[in-house]
Amino acid sequence: MTAAWDFLTTAANWSGTDGIWTRFTEHLFYTLLSVVIAALVALPLGAVIGHTGRGVAAIAGVANALRALPTLGLLTVLTLWSFGLLTGQLARLGPSIVVLVVLAVPPILSNTYAGIAAVDPAARDAARGMGMTGSQVLLRVELPVAMPLVLSGVRSAYLQVVATATIAAVVGLGGFGRYVVDGLAQQLYGKMVAGALLVALMAVIGDRLIALVGRFLVSPGLSGRRVREKAQEAEAGFAAVPPT
Amino acid sequence: MISFSAVSKVYPDGTTAVHDLSLEIPAGRITVFVGPSGCGKTTSLRMINRMIEPTSGVITIDGTDTRQIDAPQLRRGIGYVIQNAGLFPHRTVADNIATVPVLQGVTRREARRRATELLERVGLPTSMARRYPAQLSGGQQQRVGVARALAADPPVMLMDEPFSAVDPVVREQLQTEFLRLQEELGKTIVFVTHDIDEAVRLGDRIAVFATGGHLAQYAVPADVLRRPADDFVAGFVGRDRGYRALSFAGATGLPVQREPTVRMGAAAPQGPGGGEHRWALVVDDDGRPRGWLDRDALSPGDPIGLQHLRLGGSLAAPGYSLRTALDAALSSPSGRGVAVDDAGVAIGTITLADVVAAIEATDRTALADPAGDDAGAWSPPVLAKGAERTVPAGDRGVPR
Repeated sequence: MTAAWDFLTTAANWSGTDGIWTRFTEHLFYTLLSVVIAALVALPLGAVIGHTGRGVAAIAGVANALRALPTLGLLTVLTLWSFGLLTGQLARLGPSIVVLVVLAVPPILSNTYAGIAAVDPAARDAARGMGMTGSQVLLRVELPVAMPLVLSGVRSAYLQVVATATIAAVVGLGGFGRYVVDGLAQQLYGKMVAGALLVALMAVIGDRLIALVGRFLVSPGLSGRRVREKAQEAEAGFAAVPPT
Repeated sequence: MISFSAVSKVYPDGTTAVHDLSLEIPAGRITVFVGPSGCGKTTSLRMINRMIEPTSGVITIDGTDTRQIDAPQLRRGIGYVIQNAGLFPHRTVADNIATVPVLQGVTRREARRRATELLERVGLPTSMARRYPAQLSGGQQQRVGVARALAADPPVMLMDEPFSAVDPVVREQLQTEFLRLQEELGKTIVFVTHDIDEAVRLGDRIAVFATGGHLAQYAVPADVLRRPADDFVAGFVGRDRGYRALSFAGATGLPVQREPTVRMGAAAPQGPGGGEHRWALVVDDDGRPRGWLDRDALSPGDPIGLQHLRLGGSLAAPGYSLRTALDAALSSPSGRGVAVDDAGVAIGTITLADVVAAIEATDRTALADPAGDDAGAWSPPVLAKGAERTVPAGDRGVPR
């Protein structure tokens, strides 16, 4: 532990191509790229499935199958394969990102679907009955109401990807995984532990940040206890009107 | 006017939800679809705004075939209220109400301003505009649901069991206010319920649906109660039918007896107790009835407190029917029903014996089976605020 502390408090370790800032930028880049691509795939898909109710069985199967894929194995196979097709950094980056996207899709997909499926049927019926078109129902009612669940899907996707992005180092890419892989090879256990700590820290901070974004994206009408307490107050206040 | 001609709905599995329905729904009136579950009443309602497409037949609104109008466009012109209100939980009350105007291109600002006005219209404080649905009680949500349906001022409103999910006291309030609102607005309303009492209370006309999606009877409420078209309607209207029919018999000729009253907090009256003197009517400072005092339970001279009173009991307000009079008498421990004026001040009592005599003297053959000319002369009743619907005495052969 002290070795890890020494590693983190040595100024030289923070700059340069193997410095913490560089590794952080790389790690963040892999993570964000993967989560964004996963969201672009999973959000619309989950939304359409939730809205139409079609293909529910299919996504349950696909999501579970994706979760069951061994990440390291998939990465190895894809990298071997991609060296025949691509060159340079892209040959390493491509497979890593694909693996991380595969990891991030299931939580976003199933949460988006579940969030939309859980929308009160009465609200959906009212939306249609008042003359919203299908896409208006989805964009103005279903997605906003499903937003808390969608965001929690994005959060768990982010957490898994941040943790797993360390394996990019296995195929020679950067990120905090470098410290873990190199630390092991060089038997510098302090460096290894420092790498793990940095990943954990990044996971926690990112998670908090997404939660913060959620405060702006999720309507106060949907978020929890504060509103419910007020509802009880309101009801108690109303009961004060004497029955006739 | 909404018109169904030979409309049927058959699902792919062969179930018939609505069978060959032909019906004309008058403009500016409340038409109630009533029947047991699975009788096609909700399906029929939802075919009007094309939430469900008929298998065959034509539905027109003011002569225009609804199929000629794009479904979302059609729906924006028709108010829609459903059982659990179906408010959007992520939008404030004002934004919920503003839904249709915003869809129609009204600016959000203008739509919100109008939404606040509508809140008052449905009896909610404007301060609720910024609340979220989760902060409202069930009855309040239902009021917002009605305001939302009224927002674009549609000529037609479809209401699918709007008051079924709230408790009986709130339901009664909502029904009363709904009638008051309709008196002001005069919308063409189609109202679905499974509750025959609600149908009788609210409907200008009632369509009774039977299982299998058949229209069993379509008539004014009094006729449905007095002359059920067939065994099904008779069975559905069933229990309490005779009692309900009294709603349509005015009791204006009923003698109102003088009733001595004592004020709350005053000393219990002296003089003989027991018998008909056992109960004394207690009123508040404004003369409004508070309850009945059991004189046997309180010695003369002691101050009268709330704890000595038998509370509750219904009151006969002006324009009351025989049904109200009977209920007032039956629900009073003294057997004397309290009659009140418009301000709620006690004006005297009606004895059970007089009510029964009036019922006996009523031409009950007319109640059970009105003569043809009588039925022809029937006009939609005036919506009495908070009271049972009554028809003028004499119109029904009620004794004077």
